[in-house]
Amino acid sequence: MNGSPPAPVDRWLSIDRDGAVHVFVGKVDLGTGIRTALAQIVADELDVPLDAVHVVEGQTGITPDQGRTVGSQSLQSGAPPLRAAAATARKILLERAAKQLGVGVERLVTRDGVVSVAGDEATQIAYGALAEGGFGREVDAEVPLRSAATYRWVGTSVPRVDLPDKVRGAFALVHDIALPAMWHARLVRPPAVGARLVEVDATSIAGFPDVRIVREGDFLAVAARDQWRTLEAARTLVTRWSGGGLPDQSEVYERLRGEASTEAVTRDDGALDAAFAKTKAHEATYRWPFQSHGSLGPPCAVADVRTDGATIWCASQGVYLLRARLAELLALPEDAISVVYEEGSGCFGDNGTDEAAIEAARISCALGAPVRLQWTLAEQLGWDPKGPAMLSTLRGALRAGRIVGWEHAVWTPPHFRLHGAVPAPRADAVAGDRNATVDYAIGAQRVVVHIAPHAALQQSALRSLGAAHNVFANESFFDELAFDAGADPLRFRLDHLDDSRARAVLERVAELAVWRGGEPYTDGPLLCGRGIAFARYDGHGAYVAAITSCAVDTASGRIDVREIAIAHDCGLIVNPDGLRNQIEGNAIQATSRALLEEVHFDRERVTSTDWSRYPILRFPDAPTVRISLIDRPEQPALGAGEPTTIVIAPAIANAVFAATGVRLREVPFSAARYLAERGELRNVTISSMRPSDRVRSN
Amino acid sequence: MSAHDASADSAIDTVVLVVNGERRTVDVDDPRMPLVFVLRDRLGLRGTKLSCGCGECGACAVLVDGVEERACMLAIGDLDGSTVTTIEGIGDGGTLHPVQVALLAEQASQCGYCLPGIVVAASALLARDPDPSETTIATTLAGHLCRCGTYGRVVRALRRAAVATKGRAT
Repeated sequence: MNGSPPAPVDRWLSIDRDGAVHVFVGKVDLGTGIRTALAQIVADELDVPLDAVHVVEGQTGITPDQGRTVGSQSLQSGAPPLRAAAATARKILLERAAKQLGVGVERLVTRDGVVSVAGDEATQIAYGALAEGGFGREVDAEVPLRSAATYRWVGTSVPRVDLPDKVRGAFALVHDIALPAMWHARLVRPPAVGARLVEVDATSIAGFPDVRIVREGDFLAVAARDQWRTLEAARTLVTRWSGGGLPDQSEVYERLRGEASTEAVTRDDGALDAAFAKTKAHEATYRWPFQSHGSLGPPCAVADVRTDGATIWCASQGVYLLRARLAELLALPEDAISVVYEEGSGCFGDNGTDEAAIEAARISCALGAPVRLQWTLAEQLGWDPKGPAMLSTLRGALRAGRIVGWEHAVWTPPHFRLHGAVPAPRADAVAGDRNATVDYAIGAQRVVVHIAPHAALQQSALRSLGAAHNVFANESFFDELAFDAGADPLRFRLDHLDDSRARAVLERVAELAVWRGGEPYTDGPLLCGRGIAFARYDGHGAYVAAITSCAVDTASGRIDVREIAIAHDCGLIVNPDGLRNQIEGNAIQATSRALLEEVHFDRERVTSTDWSRYPILRFPDAPTVRISLIDRPEQPALGAGEPTTIVIAPAIANAVFAATGVRLREVPFSAARYLAERGELRNVTISSMRPSDRVRSN
Repeated sequence: MSAHDASADSAIDTVVLVVNGERRTVDVDDPRMPLVFVLRDRLGLRGTKLSCGCGECGACAVLVDGVEERACMLAIGDLDGSTVTTIEGIGDGGTLHPVQVALLAEQASQCGYCLPGIVVAASALLARDPDPSETTIATTLAGHLCRCGTYGRVVRALRRAAVATKGRAT
């Protein structure tokens, strides 16, 4: 569903008389800078100035349906059809110019939105004149594309188009839309997940002027004329609920194992039993907790639902899918509903933004007036769908310093749901298996995905989905085997890699960080070390390798990630600085997820409902991030919105091991967890477990 | 609060503020209404963002009488006669503040939700310490969260702003 092009060129772009180019894109800018990158691509393919290009994103009935903006796919699969449309448009413009000027197309050149005769630049026609009346043709899927050598914008760090307004506070996010006569609404949430609404005491808020209560079954909302009064009324409203609840958090991983009902073998090279029969297998289990998207701005939407149609402004990753759901709910035909993408706060996956849009629409429908709805932070952290907990057990066998057998069994729920509905179990657990397979050349590899139909907390896609956990497990375990083999973790990886691009990112990051093994050292009372990790995102995406430098206070258990070096290859680089911004952001966010983040819940509901109880990394704790980009202009552009995330947690765990000999197999790497794991080492002194000593002794 | 309080508060009062150099009179029906709602919903100054509502994230930072404050934590009833500077009041007319120039130069943002609060806080920091170290910058901004992970870029931008400002002053 990603990127499939509707045929007419006119669905993708139009050129005004004055040369302004309007590009209609089904992918949306989630704060990542993709708007700028797509404009660069179109500007080069059309051969127009960059500032002539205006990108219109995610608007039903206007932009093409390119599916949801997910999976780092906007450049990878979202841009190619756009590029083909722009190339077709340029071809049509050249043909029209040839006709009008009475010369062959081969004699024409383009530059800055003007067609002219080669060697006779005075004979020219502007695109604006040639494009009058539109293009009237289909996108030619076979149209020749311009070569990378002609690019003027792609490959350069043009500044993002949105930032001049953002630094002035003048960029209107979805949170900043205000309609005349608009109500402010919010939901009244139950005390326990899944509780049924028994009674609402409307008299409890009788003292609030001009407040409405909307109740439809267990759906309960209040609305008032301003946001503050709405919050106060919702806080004050007396309600009674029954039932509901959550399982015991301490049993999350056991339940995941117990409830897995579908098993899929996604990779089986055979010969695994033979490999394990001859060698003693090393085994380890890794755990990843529930995590929240933690958007800084909670989900928000504005809806104006009338009897004959509706407009919903929201930060949805998929406006067409949302429209279909709204049509069902509002009993309106799809073409009577307009869903308009307005940028929100960075979402990093399905953070509940579509729910906010649906809630606003239902309340607007009930009130017969426009409604703005913004979740509170407690609602967002408490009620957003979560990146689900996962569990993996790995087994590996070594012979003569090489891995001859590798088995990864992962337990996961699906990492996807749409508007509350979870899909039926699928062999890939909807990306729960992402990166479960390693890209190393290993004697025999087997991957088994155990799929639980649901999770303890409602799950959804969180940046990199199952890959964050799976690569944490794989790359930690790879280091464990390297240690058993007495090998340098970098050398051990290179020894198991044939893919030259994979080798290149590892070699580059080793150079950038001046890798000399985990090289434990001390800094006063702190034990310091370095860890490495590598992955190719989703098996066919960007290649990324990271080396982290960590300091561990062994008395308190506190882990400080001081520096992260990253080498990154995502093929053709459209905007190097935009790419660096994504990589650095991924690295810092992933450090936060690895060190700090776990959603806690009691038997009723989530209790990690503010930034004290769901802490994320703050300014003083951010590591220094150094980046080396490998540009491959001849290769297709691969997405960069997620890949860096997946190598950070294992690189930190490997660094902590290098520094202290303590192997962390469960995220987050809190001080308490470090101390508990160190306790497990009991009779072994820490220093004798340090891998450098061990490597030397071998 | 109880329903009784809500009725009692509905007696309308006025509060006078100087917002970004302009005198604004606000009708107040609930003196406990936090400043952030007054700015956004009454005065139409939506550059200031509402996020946590409990002073933990810095998205709603404004200057009150020159001091950085959380607009979600200040009751409008306590602010009569105060001078408030929001993101819209940073910079000089059409000219960007050096902090804003530097943030652009470093492309130090992604979604931008945290940015107005950071700009306000950073302008106050540079006003009292024209040459802050990276550590001072990070410590000063510890109360500002950015989920996109732009911390490094923001710190580099503020160092750049400090250097630029110093260069101009000498």
